[in-house]
Amino acid sequence: MRKPASAIAVHGILGLYTALALFPILLVIMNSFKARNAIFGQPLSLPTPSTFSLIGYNKVFGDSSVVSYYVNSITVTGGTIFLTLLFGAMAAWALTEYKFRWNTLLALYLSIGIMVPIRLGSVSIIQLIVEMNLINTLTALILVYTAQNLPLSIFILSEFVAQIPKDLREAARCDGLSEYSIFFFIVLPLIRPAMATVAVFTMIPVWNDLWFPLLLAPTGGKQTITLGIQQFLGQYITDWNAVLSALSTAIIPVLILYVIFSRQLIRGLTSGAVK
Amino acid sequence: MSEVRIAKLFKSYGNVEILKDINLTVEDGAFVVLVGPSGCGKSTLLRCIAGLEPITSGTMTIGGKQVNDLPPAKREIAMVFQSYALYPHMDVYGNMAFGLKFAKVPKADIDRRVNEAARILQLEPLLKRRPRELSGGQRQRVAIGRAIVRKPQVFLFDEPLSNLDAALRINTRVEIAKLHKMLKATITYVTHDQVEAMTLADKIVVMNKGRIEQTGKPLDLYYRPVNLFVAGFIGSPAMNFLVAAAKKRDTLDLGDGHELAVKLPAACKVGDKVTLGCRPEHMTFGGSGKLKLTGTVDIIERLGESGFAYVRLPSGQTIIAEVRGDPKHGNGDKVDVALDAAQLHFFNSDGMRIE
Repeated sequence: MRKPASAIAVHGILGLYTALALFPILLVIMNSFKARNAIFGQPLSLPTPSTFSLIGYNKVFGDSSVVSYYVNSITVTGGTIFLTLLFGAMAAWALTEYKFRWNTLLALYLSIGIMVPIRLGSVSIIQLIVEMNLINTLTALILVYTAQNLPLSIFILSEFVAQIPKDLREAARCDGLSEYSIFFFIVLPLIRPAMATVAVFTMIPVWNDLWFPLLLAPTGGKQTITLGIQQFLGQYITDWNAVLSALSTAIIPVLILYVIFSRQLIRGLTSGAVK
Repeated sequence: MSEVRIAKLFKSYGNVEILKDINLTVEDGAFVVLVGPSGCGKSTLLRCIAGLEPITSGTMTIGGKQVNDLPPAKREIAMVFQSYALYPHMDVYGNMAFGLKFAKVPKADIDRRVNEAARILQLEPLLKRRPRELSGGQRQRVAIGRAIVRKPQVFLFDEPLSNLDAALRINTRVEIAKLHKMLKATITYVTHDQVEAMTLADKIVVMNKGRIEQTGKPLDLYYRPVNLFVAGFIGSPAMNFLVAAAKKRDTLDLGDGHELAVKLPAACKVGDKVTLGCRPEHMTFGGSGKLKLTGTVDIIERLGESGFAYVRLPSGQTIIAEVRGDPKHGNGDKVDVALDAAQLHFFNSDGMRIE
């Protein structure tokens, strides 16, 4: 049993950290509901009936390009999660289940990707994307993000795939399943909690990323929301209402996705699906 | 006909030979038990029959069809694993129906077969449960049910009772025996437990170090083991072995002062080294007669109606003799152990039985 004093200390520290982390977000959300004067006049106070205003939200949703930025972000994040999970799980299954010649070497090669930051290769990535005629497309972003996230997801998923009892795969083979069916009907359902973890890991940096959208899809209506807001900031440099409202709404989709995945995560942990 | 025939089967991993020259026939409707110490290759042989391991050379036919290169699903076998290997994300019904769905069996047919199996195995109230909500014995029954619904030519059991507690093990053993009678199924069953082997089998295959040592009916193996390994493996506690020299045609010299007046088999010559085998249950603790050994009691294990005495001979070797009732002897007492002359086994210096 932990002593109550140290428990209080731990909770105190964690609480302080939480407050610190959430404070800027709270500030953004609070101020997004205020009139312009109030944002500058009383930045730290809650909106009151006299200062309350939805002008920022009206502007953001009145601008049709902002809506399409949202759609872009959701497409990129969703596509990346899907491809990362699919290929990550497939590679993890192949590397753990089958013994072939370059197995270990290949696993090692893939894990190098975890250590080398993908941004070091930005110049070559731009060249590659230009060569492929994919500049200013969402496909470019999805491909790059998938490549960026695959190494870690393979690493994590391999651990989980390895925990699936061998008997289970062999029982499935006796039941007449092809190797593909074993993957889709036995392996995937059993590593669902791990996939939720990987999805969360993948989703947040991709959603928040500014670097690759700026390099690979900066114009042509293919901007993601993070980039879209930046341009917004340049255009209406004084219009803080719109910026804060756009930022506040940008939190929502990723929050929803997180809730979905984290529920999977908890369900997975408690059900003990992988024995 | 669902007969399994294995001829000249070899199996190796790299340079290591796991199975050597296996010749075995599992007759249609027979219950064959593969038994042996761990690492003897019995599970590997079963997995070769299942098609989960490729064989290095030899032939294997199931129901007259050569299956050497067929995948497990095409061999018309069903395997029950030691760990049950139930799909954790499906309910009991789903577990049993899963293979059939992939075999494109019509839905009504699947339903009928699963319900039939559930009825036989008394799983009807559990069909909607997940494996984790079942007890060990129930999981075991589901695993058997999953095998039954596939109507295989051959059932393969890989130590199916090892994960159950003692009471349940005996119960399930009886259930499996009943099931075999009812389904008239051809079964190959792997175990390291010789009680399971003796009680279930029509035919026992004793394996050691990748070879088949002896194949035969349970009591044949008990009464006429072909070599020292089988003699020592079948029966519990194990048979006592005494190394002796044939002094005369009717006298064995144990070399520690004991001379036993036994009629030696014809194949045995004077001067030969002979290993004499006698099971604990064929020895009478505190008995008398011409054929007896004298030693000191080390310890007596009393199990109730009977028990086992560990008796140290002058040579230092300990023999185990069955004790009936409650003997008055205590530890350290000198005692005579009488041997049943009709139940002696003789082995030559190569460890082979001589008659």
